[in-house]
Amino acid sequence: MPPDAATRTDKPMQSHTEFDPQSKDKAAKPPLDPHLKALENEAIHIFREVAAEFERPVMLYSIGKDSSVLLHLARKAFYPGKIPFPLLHIDTGWKFPEMIAFRDEMAEAFGLNLVVHTNPRGASEGISPFTHGSSYHTDVMKTEALRQALDLGQYDAAFGGARRDEEASRAKERIYSFRTPDHKWDPRNQRPELWNIYNGMVRRGESVRAFPLSNWTEVDIWRYIQAENIPLPPLYFAKPRKFVERDGMLMWAEDPRFEALPGEQVQEGMLRFRTLGCWPLTGGIRSTASTLDEVIAELEIATVSERQGRAIDRDQAGSMEKKKREGYF
Amino acid sequence: MTSYNDHSGSGASATILPFAEPQRAARDTRPLRLITCGSVDDGKSTLIGRLLWDTKAVKEDQAATLKRDSGAQNDLGLPDFALLLDGLQAEREQGITIDVAYRYFSTDRRSFIVADTPGHEQYTRNMATGASTADLAVLLTDARTGILEQTRRHATIAALMGIRQFVLAVNKIDLVGYDKAIFEKIAHDFKELAATLGVRQITAIPMSALKGENVVLSGHSAMPWYEGPTLIETLELATTRSAQTGGFRLPVQRVSRPGESFRGYQGTVAGGAVRPGDSVVVLPSGMVANVKQIVTFDLVRNAAVAGDAITLVLDRQVDVSRGDMIVSIDAQPLTGHHFDAQIVALQAGGIEPGKRYWLKSGSRRQRVSVAPLSQLELSSGKWKTHEDTLAMNAIGKVLLSFDETAIFDIYEQNRSTGAFILIDPDTLNTVAGGMITAKRSQADAAHRDGQRVVLSLPADLADQLMSTEIFAARRDEADVRRVSAARAADLMKDLEA
Ligand SMILES: Nc1nc2c(ncn2[C@@H]2O[C@H](COP(=O)(O)OP(=O)(O)O)[C@@H](O)[C@H]2O)c(=O)[nH]1
Repeated sequence: MPPDAATRTDKPMQSHTEFDPQSKDKAAKPPLDPHLKALENEAIHIFREVAAEFERPVMLYSIGKDSSVLLHLARKAFYPGKIPFPLLHIDTGWKFPEMIAFRDEMAEAFGLNLVVHTNPRGASEGISPFTHGSSYHTDVMKTEALRQALDLGQYDAAFGGARRDEEASRAKERIYSFRTPDHKWDPRNQRPELWNIYNGMVRRGESVRAFPLSNWTEVDIWRYIQAENIPLPPLYFAKPRKFVERDGMLMWAEDPRFEALPGEQVQEGMLRFRTLGCWPLTGGIRSTASTLDEVIAELEIATVSERQGRAIDRDQAGSMEKKKREGYF
Repeated sequence: MTSYNDHSGSGASATILPFAEPQRAARDTRPLRLITCGSVDDGKSTLIGRLLWDTKAVKEDQAATLKRDSGAQNDLGLPDFALLLDGLQAEREQGITIDVAYRYFSTDRRSFIVADTPGHEQYTRNMATGASTADLAVLLTDARTGILEQTRRHATIAALMGIRQFVLAVNKIDLVGYDKAIFEKIAHDFKELAATLGVRQITAIPMSALKGENVVLSGHSAMPWYEGPTLIETLELATTRSAQTGGFRLPVQRVSRPGESFRGYQGTVAGGAVRPGDSVVVLPSGMVANVKQIVTFDLVRNAAVAGDAITLVLDRQVDVSRGDMIVSIDAQPLTGHHFDAQIVALQAGGIEPGKRYWLKSGSRRQRVSVAPLSQLELSSGKWKTHEDTLAMNAIGKVLLSFDETAIFDIYEQNRSTGAFILIDPDTLNTVAGGMITAKRSQADAAHRDGQRVVLSLPADLADQLMSTEIFAARRDEADVRRVSAARAADLMKDLEA
């Protein structure tokens, strides 16, 4: 028996399906279909390669479904050992409370080395997406905070859950995305990547962002979550939630810091989220899908891409590329 | 005849499946990786846009952004696909694509990853990058122009990178009045070209990317004479490469030692298969052991095959570290200090003779010096002697010399263990991608500058010989003298006398 086998009986935290932790008969789980298996193999390969070649890797953990898949794959990659690097969460102070609770449950359940960083400057200045605007808030509380945390930890490689299908500027992103010492990304000067041979040579101060999920699509993520019974924050599942409609976005309205604008009606209805982030910037969708199967069924007929709920992308075409050049993930 | 297939015999009818795979049950459902190549304006953006659009990979809000950005739409009410594809601002401003982009779409049967590479000058390095992982190449040609030099270039690079399935998309067939004879002429020319490259799995499809005919939807009403598959049907049936035949290969990525009692070797199987009890050798040390367990997170397995990411436990204490390769005892890879390879130079500085680079293959990284021997002339497909720096975008044959033992398979036999990249020790950038073609014996490599054979041949024979691949690699071993047939006969007589 591998010594670390104790981890294997850890009980997933959220039973979004009829998952029964008692029936832990591993052989009973049907094998992954070849498509998902190929994606899983590729991701595990990348995890192991980065862990072996870099001195101080870290995994960006943003609590959403992609991070949940990333975490699961990292556990698989290093089994029977533990994940040999810390997980980093950039807390802007405006995350959904359900996300924070879920994060802490995961860290506890899987014995994770979790590092949480909040930009002290932004926190002391009380930066808020409402008073300072979404773009400034994101610059300070996400992009700047991330740079601070990476510098503090002297990390030379950071795993992220980005996928190439998410947004046009990501289609040319490498699996190892090279960054200068000041975390800049130069889209015109990326290293060529051939076969599955990754160039992990960097100088002191330089780093890479590594994206094991590059070749996954949104549907793959959901199908994998289903096949592997991966725990997810409850925000992904519809339940009655209070919200307002603002600028075409359904904004969650249960936080004490929420203030209705003149003429705005707080409504209550069945709501879920396709992506998770800062609640003032993350729109929900009306849905009755409260189980994983229902979410997937809804997704397969959905015609709206998942980033639609995000205010960042709509600011301007090409906005994501701009953010990335500045060091946003 | 519209569908070419070696296995189909002569007089193939159009209903023959492009890549003989009769059993539906045996269909490969792994993602198919493909590369699209074409000259500027052949309609590559339109074709990829069409694939994404007709398979519903473009979501409503993306389409809205597209419409907003492109303003005008074309006469079919479709958005400007080029805008959907050209992801980066820098490129959009210049109106060109400068890199490799990856697109994703799927049908009920399979999912696809397209490496989208630009058709202009820098295409060699970008195409080589995109082709390195591709199982199939879609080559575009304009029905009005047919096969051009550019098509030959693209096909040559694709074949060189190991792609063995080609689709010729004869695009803009609407602009030649859906003429069957034009299509068949182009398809025929292409078949001849592909044959010279050793590629035999070819499907030629007449299509209009703009109108969506024979891309995802059938073009039957416009081209009743065509009974072959649409592009998407062809892609659904194509095979993905697997290195499951041949010997077992596990390049060791890391050693897992979570506690005293467990020691496992982690890596992705790069060839063959393995079972508990199999005898293996650790290279380069040559130590022998047996496989005790194949550990994965889900279960202890009773077999693993190429592509599987596993943790291997051996039955005895042997010294194994990252960069070693665990291989089957009865089908071992080549080990040595000198190898022949073909490389593609990817960066402005080129590849300099005698310079010491880092070479990475699998998980193994070691120092190497590179001696260029010849360069491929893409316009003619011929190899020309070339011992100087290989400039960016050049494709060359080189001799690799290592300080420490190197471990490879021939690329033709194993696309994982036969491939490598070169890293410049000064810039740390990736400067070349390469493929192993042969191992050189110590003696061969040492005598490189030594004896040369003199061959006196009739001029036409000399030219033919010199344009062969085999000769190009050994160019420096022989002097070829062109003589008349009569003179050659005289020489022979002299020798015999
Ligand atoms: N009539 C016709 N025009 C096409 C077809 N495919 C592309 N085009 C047009 O050819 C031009 C070049 O196409 P584009 O996709 O931008 O070419 P690229 O440079 O290869 O990406 C555009 O004006 C397209 O609308 C086709 O099948 N039929």
